[in-house]
Amino acid sequence: MLTFIAKRLIQSVLVMIAVGLITFALLRFVGDPISNMVGQDTSVAERAQLKEDLGLNDPFVIQFANFAKNAVQGEFGLSYTLRVPVSQLLSERIPATLELSILSAMLALFIGMPMGIYTAIHKDSWLTKLFLSSSLVGVSLPTFLIGILLILLFGVVFRWLPTFGRGEVVDLGWWSTGLLTWSGIKSLILPTITLAIFQLTLIMRLVRAEMLEVLRTDYIKFGRARGLSMKSIHYRHALKNTLIPVITITGLQLGSIIAFALITESVFQWPGMGLLFIQAIGNADVPIMAAYLVLIAFIFVAINLLVDILYVVLDPRLRTTVGD
Amino acid sequence: MPLLEIKNLTVKFPSRKGDFTAVDDVSLSVEPGEILGIVGESGAGKSTVGNAIISLLDPPGYVSGGSVWLKGERIDDLDENLQSAIRGKRIGMIFQDPLTSLNPLETVGAQLIETIILHLKLDEKAARARAVDLLNQVGIENAEERVDQFPHQFSGGMRQRVVIALALCSDPEVVIADEPTTALDVSIQAQILGLLRKLCEDRNVGMIMVTHDMGVIAEVTDRVAVMYRGKLVEIGKTDDVLYRPTHDYTKSLISAVPRPDKKVDRFPLVTYIEDVTERPDDMKLSDMWLGKTRDYEDFDGPMLTVENLKQDFVTKRGIFKRNHKYFTALKGISFDIKQGEVFGIVGESGSGKSTIARCVTGIYEPTAGDISICGADLNKLKDKNRRNYYRRQTQMVFQDPFSSLNGRMRVENIIAEPIVFHKQAADKAEVKKIVDELLETVGLGIGAARKFPHEFSGGQRQRISIARALATRPRFLICDEPTSALDVSIQAQILNLLKDLQEELGLTMMFISHDLPVIRQMCDRVAVMQSGEILEIAETEALFNAPQHAYTQSLLGLMPKFRH
Repeated sequence: MLTFIAKRLIQSVLVMIAVGLITFALLRFVGDPISNMVGQDTSVAERAQLKEDLGLNDPFVIQFANFAKNAVQGEFGLSYTLRVPVSQLLSERIPATLELSILSAMLALFIGMPMGIYTAIHKDSWLTKLFLSSSLVGVSLPTFLIGILLILLFGVVFRWLPTFGRGEVVDLGWWSTGLLTWSGIKSLILPTITLAIFQLTLIMRLVRAEMLEVLRTDYIKFGRARGLSMKSIHYRHALKNTLIPVITITGLQLGSIIAFALITESVFQWPGMGLLFIQAIGNADVPIMAAYLVLIAFIFVAINLLVDILYVVLDPRLRTTVGD
Repeated sequence: MPLLEIKNLTVKFPSRKGDFTAVDDVSLSVEPGEILGIVGESGAGKSTVGNAIISLLDPPGYVSGGSVWLKGERIDDLDENLQSAIRGKRIGMIFQDPLTSLNPLETVGAQLIETIILHLKLDEKAARARAVDLLNQVGIENAEERVDQFPHQFSGGMRQRVVIALALCSDPEVVIADEPTTALDVSIQAQILGLLRKLCEDRNVGMIMVTHDMGVIAEVTDRVAVMYRGKLVEIGKTDDVLYRPTHDYTKSLISAVPRPDKKVDRFPLVTYIEDVTERPDDMKLSDMWLGKTRDYEDFDGPMLTVENLKQDFVTKRGIFKRNHKYFTALKGISFDIKQGEVFGIVGESGSGKSTIARCVTGIYEPTAGDISICGADLNKLKDKNRRNYYRRQTQMVFQDPFSSLNGRMRVENIIAEPIVFHKQAADKAEVKKIVDELLETVGLGIGAARKFPHEFSGGQRQRISIARALATRPRFLICDEPTSALDVSIQAQILNLLKDLQEELGLTMMFISHDLPVIRQMCDRVAVMQSGEILEIAETEALFNAPQHAYTQSLLGLMPKFRH
C-alpha cells in the first residue's frame, strides 16, 4: 500500500515537472520579459544590465531551477498589467472559485447520486422518465445559456436573487467567505446551480448506467436467491460496486469544475480565478497565465492521486495486487 | 406427500413475434434426500424451471400456468415478501459460475453472516461461529482465518464451496443446483459432487440438479428428467433413463455422448436435432479446390517438433527487469507430431495446454526452446515470404465460437480473408468459388455467405471457424478445445466433421481438450499435462487401458462413470 502511494507520488511529481517546463517556456519565450517590464525610453545598456541582474543570461537549467523553486513557494513574479505579485492576486481569488466549485460538486453529487440510484431501481416509474428526459436538457444546454436563463428568471423577472458578484464577504485573514452573510449566500445560489447542472445530469446518468449493469450480475441474482431484502441488495451489495467507476468520473469532473468554472464566473462576474485568467489572456498577462496553468495542473494531479488511493481502499482486489 | 412438487408449470417469454414458451406443461416432484436431475441441451428450459420455482425468472418471463408446492403448501402465488422469506431459508440455490456468484467487495464471512442473521435471527457472534462451522463442513481448511478473506483470494473450486455454504446456511429443505460443476475441472467437479451428495444424505435435503452433462447425471442423481425444447420428454430412475431410454430424443442425446470406454469410428448421427446439414454424399473433397494437390514441398520427419519449450509470463512488474515476478506456464516441454497424426493434449485448466498452441502458432513468443513446423524453425526464419509459406500450412480453430469471429464482417469475407492474404486465388470470382465450396464442405451451404456471425448458433459458428482455418489449405490444424462450448449433439457433429476432414485431406492435427472421452475418440497419441509439464505421452488406446503415470490414473478414475 505504502509503496503504491509512493509510486503514484513519484509519478505525480514527474507530471508537475513536465507542466512546470511548459509553463516556464511560456514565461520565457512568449514575448521578451525585459520589454514587458521597462518603458520605451530605456537604453540598450540598461536593458542588458537588467537582463544580467534578473539572471536571464544564466544557463537554461539554472533558470528553470530558480523558476521551480519560486513556483513551489507560490511565487510567479509580478503581473504585467496590475503590477501586483501574482501570488497575492491568486490568493485573493482562490477562495471565491473553490467555494463555488466545491458547493457545485457537492450539489451535483448529493442530488445526482440519489437520482441515479432511484432511476436504476425504479426503471419504469413516471418519475424516472421525467428525470431522464429533463436530464437530456441539462446535458445538452451550454452552461452560459443556463446561467443567462437563470439570471433572466430569478434576477430580472422575479428579482429574488442577485445576478453578479459575491455579495458581502467576511474576511477570515487567509480566506474570504461568502457563506457567513445572507447576501453572500444569496449570491452563491445562481452560479452554483449553473455550474452544477451539467455535472449533476452526468453523474445521474452514469450512476444509473453502472447500477443497472451491476443489478444484472450473478452475485445480485444469488443475493436475491438467498432471500436478502431488496434494501440490502440495492444499498449494500449493488451500490458499493456501482461506486468504483463513478468515483473516477466524479474526481475528474471536480477537477474540471474548478478549472473551467471560468464560463460561469464570467457570466456572473464572479471574482474568481477563472475571471482573472480570462482578463489575463485579454491583456497577454503571461505570469498570471503561467501561475494558473501550474495551479490547475496541481489540482488535477492531486485529485487523481486521491482517486487512485480511494480505489484501493474500496476494492479489495486491488489491495492484494498492490499490497506487497 | 413429496417435498417439492411442480404441477403443469408453463413459463412464457413475451417477444415481438408473440409469446415464446420456454417451459411447457412440466410436472416434477422431489422427495427428501433425493437428487433429481434435469438434463437437456441449451434452450431446453431446464434453468428456467429452477428459476420459476423460486420466482426469480429473468424479465420479461412469467409463469402462465401451473403451480409449485412446498410440503403441500402452494408457494408460487405468494406475494414478494413471503416469497423472499422462502428463498434462501427453505429453498437454497447454487449457480453455475462460482467466479461471479459472490460480491467481490465483501469478505466471504460478511456475506455468510448477513444471510445467517437474516434467516436464523442469531446475533453477530453466533452467526460468525456458524459461518466458520459451515465453511468447515464444505471442506474449507483454516476456516477461522479464511472467513475474513475476499472472494478473489479463493480458487474457483473453493468459491463454489463458499456458494454451497451460502445456500445451506439456513438449513434449507430443498436445494436447486444450476450447473454447479460446469465451470470446474474434473477433479474439483468430483469433490463438489461428492460434497453435494453427502449433504443430501446427511441433512435429508431434496435437490434438483440442472445440468447438460450426462456424466454428472450418471454420477449423483437418483432420478432424472429429460427436457427438450421446453417439454419434459422422459422422467424416471437414472439407470432406466440412461441405459434403457424410451424416448427418441433421449436415445439420440445419449448416443451423442462420447464414449470413454472404447473408440468408435464415427459418432452416431443424431437424427433428432434439426440443424444438421450433412454434406451430400456425391461431394468428393478430392474433386474440389480443397482436395487438389497443394504446392507444398515434401519433407521428411515430423510435422511439428517442440524442444524444451519454456514460456514465462510476467505476473508483477518491477521497475527493473530483475524485479519482475514470473509465472512459468511451460517448464521446458518436448514432443513431436508425426505427419498425418492426430495428437491430443489433455490436462486441467492452467496446465499450459492452450499456451502450447499459442506458442506454436506464434501468438506468444516462447521464452526459450525450439519449435519447428515442417522442418523449419519459424522464429529463426527471416525471409517474410518463406515465413508466410510456413504459416499458411498451420491454422487454428479456437475454443469460443462467439469471440473468435469478427462480428462486423460477413461470413464470406471472414473466410476469404486468409485466401486473399496468402494469394491463393487468381481473382475475385475464384475466391468466391472457393468460399462457396468451403461452406458446402463444412455443412453450412452457400446461403451462409452473405450473413453475419451473430445469425448463427454456436455450432454453426464453429463450422465457420473451421472453414476459415481450411481456407489456406493447411497441412497442420490446431484445435484448441473446439467443442467445449457446445452442446453434446452439436459436439458430435463437429467432431465428425473434423474426423472426415482429417481423413480425406490427410491433415495433421493437434487436438487440445480437457475432456477425456473426446480425446479418446479423436486422437492417435495423447500427451497428459499438469502444471506446465508433460507427464506422459502414449498411444491413445494404451493410455486409456494402462495409464502409467499416477496423475493420468487419477484423471481417468475421476472421469464420470457413464457407460453406453
